[in-house]
Amino acid sequence: MAGKPRVKIPKSVTAGDVITIKTLIKHKMESGQRKDKEGNTIPRDIINKFEASFNGSVVFSADLDPAVSANPYIEFSARVEEAGTFMMKWTDDAGTVTEFSKDIAIKG
Amino acid sequence: MNISRRAWLSTSAAATAAAFFGISGSAIASIEDVEKLISEFGGGATAEAGGPLKLTTPEIAENGNSVPVSVSVESPMTDDDYVESILVMAGDNPSPDIATFHFTPASGVAKASIRMRLAKTQDVFAVAKTNSGKLYKVSNNVKVTIGGCGG
Repeated sequence: MAGKPRVKIPKSVTAGDVITIKTLIKHKMESGQRKDKEGNTIPRDIINKFEASFNGSVVFSADLDPAVSANPYIEFSARVEEAGTFMMKWTDDAGTVTEFSKDIAIKG
Repeated sequence: MNISRRAWLSTSAAATAAAFFGISGSAIASIEDVEKLISEFGGGATAEAGGPLKLTTPEIAENGNSVPVSVSVESPMTDDDYVESILVMAGDNPSPDIATFHFTPASGVAKASIRMRLAKTQDVFAVAKTNSGKLYKVSNNVKVTIGGCGG
């Protein structure tokens, strides 16, 4: 189960600026490689997809594999031409989607 | 005591990362697996070494469970000329795939960072593909140790 995400986006930018967005979400990212005390393999359970959209259009996405560390940290960029809303989506192996949105304003 | 403290530390660090991955000594990815993934990713095109693609990894990873990795490609990122995807792989993990990043012109710059798991000292590979089908590849060696004096 994914925990609450944390997303760092500037509150406002000059139109046309490229910003860096930092995201973090709590998740064990169980790789499927570990064994429990009885020797049974602990099943894989990871966040396998991350998607960032702005005003409804996808800007960036990532396919994650079990080699991504627990509590996945994903940093990426976006060019902001107008005010609007960023929507982040994390999807896990069970198909559960965690969403987080943040607005951004244009300066001046 | 014949083993140096440094050597013992790096062995137990690898053992910790190995225990997390559940490695018994077999089933580790090979360079052939990496080459196969590159071929699938690039549609068989030949990858140019380096070029505008940069892969940033630490020389020595203090903790194999969380190794920072960054990729970037210098590109205009316009509708006519942009980076579509960058694939990051490990040469000696149980499975070679680490992550694939997908960009659009709205990304502004083709750049992404994550933290990855490395089972042991190995090469990390990045392959980038542009919208016109150009392929670039680069690799870095990352030493994995528990910390302290390093490997």
